[in-house]
Amino acid sequence: MQTGQLLLILAAMIVTAFIMGRHRALQVAQPLGGIRHLRSLPFYYAMRSAIWCALPALIVLVFWLVFDQTLIRIMVLDSLPAELQPVDGAARNLMLSQIGNVASGALPRDFVDAAVANAAGRLNQLQSISAMAMAVVVIVLAMVGGAWAWLRVSARMPAREQVERVLLVIFMLCAVLAVVTTVGIVFSVLFESIRFFGQVPITDFLFGLNWSPQMALRADQVASEGAFGAVPLFAGTLLISAIALIVAVPVGLMSAIYLAEYAHSKVRSFAKPALEVLAGVPTVVYGFFAALTVAPFIRDVGQSLGLSVASESALAAGLVMGIMLIPFVSSLSDDVITAVPRAMRDASLGLGATRSETIKKVIFPAALPGIMGGILLAASRAIGETMIVVMAAGLAANLTANPLQAVTTITVQIVTLLTGDQEFDSAKTLAAFALGLMLFITTLLMNVVALHIVKKYREQYE
Amino acid sequence: MSVTTEQVRKTLARRYRAEKRFKAYGICAISIGLLALLLLFTDIIGKGYRAFYEYSVALQITFDPESLEIDDPRDLEQLQYGNYEAVVREALKARFPGVEGREDRRALTALVSTAAGYRLREMLENKPELLGQTHTLWLQLDDDADMFLKSSEAKRKTARLSDQQQTWVLELEQSNEVRAGFNHSLFTRGDSREPEQAGILGAILGSFFTMLVTLALSFPIGVAAAVYLEEFAPKNRFTDFIEVNINNLAAVPSIIFGLLGLAVFIGLFGMPRSVPLVGGLVLTLMTLPTIIISSRAAIKAVPPSIRQAAMGLGASKMQVVLQFVLPLALPGMLTGGIIGMAQALGETAPLLMIGMVAFIVELPTGAMDAATVLPVQVFLWASSPEQSFVTMTSAAIMVLMTFLITMNTLAVVMRKRLERRW
Repeated sequence: MQTGQLLLILAAMIVTAFIMGRHRALQVAQPLGGIRHLRSLPFYYAMRSAIWCALPALIVLVFWLVFDQTLIRIMVLDSLPAELQPVDGAARNLMLSQIGNVASGALPRDFVDAAVANAAGRLNQLQSISAMAMAVVVIVLAMVGGAWAWLRVSARMPAREQVERVLLVIFMLCAVLAVVTTVGIVFSVLFESIRFFGQVPITDFLFGLNWSPQMALRADQVASEGAFGAVPLFAGTLLISAIALIVAVPVGLMSAIYLAEYAHSKVRSFAKPALEVLAGVPTVVYGFFAALTVAPFIRDVGQSLGLSVASESALAAGLVMGIMLIPFVSSLSDDVITAVPRAMRDASLGLGATRSETIKKVIFPAALPGIMGGILLAASRAIGETMIVVMAAGLAANLTANPLQAVTTITVQIVTLLTGDQEFDSAKTLAAFALGLMLFITTLLMNVVALHIVKKYREQYE
Repeated sequence: MSVTTEQVRKTLARRYRAEKRFKAYGICAISIGLLALLLLFTDIIGKGYRAFYEYSVALQITFDPESLEIDDPRDLEQLQYGNYEAVVREALKARFPGVEGREDRRALTALVSTAAGYRLREMLENKPELLGQTHTLWLQLDDDADMFLKSSEAKRKTARLSDQQQTWVLELEQSNEVRAGFNHSLFTRGDSREPEQAGILGAILGSFFTMLVTLALSFPIGVAAAVYLEEFAPKNRFTDFIEVNINNLAAVPSIIFGLLGLAVFIGLFGMPRSVPLVGGLVLTLMTLPTIIISSRAAIKAVPPSIRQAAMGLGASKMQVVLQFVLPLALPGMLTGGIIGMAQALGETAPLLMIGMVAFIVELPTGAMDAATVLPVQVFLWASSPEQSFVTMTSAAIMVLMTFLITMNTLAVVMRKRLERRW
């Protein structure tokens, strides 16, 4: 039976439980003289029945769906004879996909070992058993839960309190999901990173000047060990982010100041949404723009000036990333500038200062912490930005400060190391997770500091 | 006149100049931003508008049983393996009788898209009586010939057609045997290696299923979390910790969510790669902070007097929240939700991590079919070398941007229309 059908059946059962629970509550209330003699409204009795019908069944269903494939795989592999047992992860994946192909009929049975064909049969068998068992267990649980709730309906039962308690727990679990996500991120990058640092010393990774993560195809190949020195990546990331910030901070800040202090309301009502459109452009579009328009333009200009410019120069990626960050910086600064109390402005203007003097000498110093926080947030975005650099920056890890050369970044390397099918535990794949860990730690620190500054600043004027 | 006034007057001109300069910087900054926007849009539209039409050529096609190697048009197997290319070749040969030699013939046939063959098969399948008849049909041109016709005179010299092919195409153009029409395949097909046969429908469907999963999960969960944090959570360290977490997650680079999806959903739970379900799960985790933050703002905007009034009438805390606060906060939450969805729709990096970059021709039919999404399709095409794929990429971007701008405008309109000021 398909999971979709099962869900439909379950939904129908929940609706039935709801209706029957309500009916039962009304029935119980009748001899007592109406629903005002019930402790809760009939709706809550109905909800209680529905919850009893749905929750246990849904929980079991979710766990079943999450874990059954993994379990079936283990059982199928165990059923293989000893000489066919895969030795490592890659062989295991290969064997599994072979069995899967035979089982789905994509690969004829006579093409493979008899044992593999048997395993495929076993896979099919286990899968149909699992699907049947899941359907039976879920439906029985829903029935038992619904029936139990139905039987327990009584006039003195605090149905509303119970329903509300369940809802509250559900709400709380949703809020805790944020924590779970963070923990999930930390563990997923941390575990793989630890495995990576088991193969490559952490000092080599952090301080090595050479990055070429090719792994050997043969054991006796020359330069068979990849070099995992991440310094060129850090330098490249910093270079591109610095270019982006050099573009975005002055432009974004000045636009915010102009819009907040000078612009006519008509100009503002047009320019502000227009800049916000810039914020809504997907990064892949910026990447396309950088790679196909800006980079060739910069290269042509450079060549006409007699400079040698790489076609994937850091300048192109950085410039376009700067454009992307303009609305980000501008809206954060705008919040901060408008939060500076009117009185300070008026006092300065009243003493005879011009508008620009007021801005430079009064508003700007007052808003500085908030603006710094905003810049820090922008920097963290620049560091973590992926698509622009994947499309417009290079792949070769050059250690250079020349913005006309091609450099590579942390995010570019994560993408190149992980796209495509790979075995899950080669040093190459694990290196991507180690880079991810670095990226996560850096951006996390910047965000924490930035959010703290912004919050503190906001409190100052509230 | 006092000394101070005199001093002020002396410096006044300089100060006014500084004032003007400062203002000019501001105008410059705004102009740079707007110019960048203008440049971006004109660049993409300028590159992409050509993908919305395509050229086809009129050919006298004879459904000749001999060249087709089909004697019974109702036999599906024969239809499947019919030699449709031969028919097209014959038609071209009849149109250009002077062309001799294998090389030249091949160059001539290359002008017509291989999709022409599929179309002939489809026609024959639907109308078996066509066998043996001759009809004038408009057949799709190959992308190189198509690009040649679309380019301006100056650019035609650099086209990817040989001189001979160019003269043939020019001859067809002068005798009005080619015409431009709406590019249907762009909106009705999946990806393809042949630019003229590639379309974005597969990517649109993939995006649709991914967004469906994201919406179904992130909106209810986000609202529930916001309700808990805003209305029920006790003020303690754990609540603070949750809040710090949410604020930080909102600023974590999206690619990190991709790593999480790869390690947990694919590595740990053994879910398949490249499916919208996993993409939707990853994007859910990514958009949740945005939705929670905007939902909390919407809940906070509901005045406490409403809560007090409802409580005074005997409603429980949960009843107050569900029956009074939530309906009033809903417009604000929906705007936040739409903005979150727009963000998810344009996201690419985390989906690369979970393998949604595969080359997929078939149109996905559900959240468990391998698929790609619009922004990833843009990424894939952008790295193809063919000139026509650049046009296609820009066209895909235009479609994507249309969706995004519509969603954002909808959010703005909703905020203006529905949000109540208290």
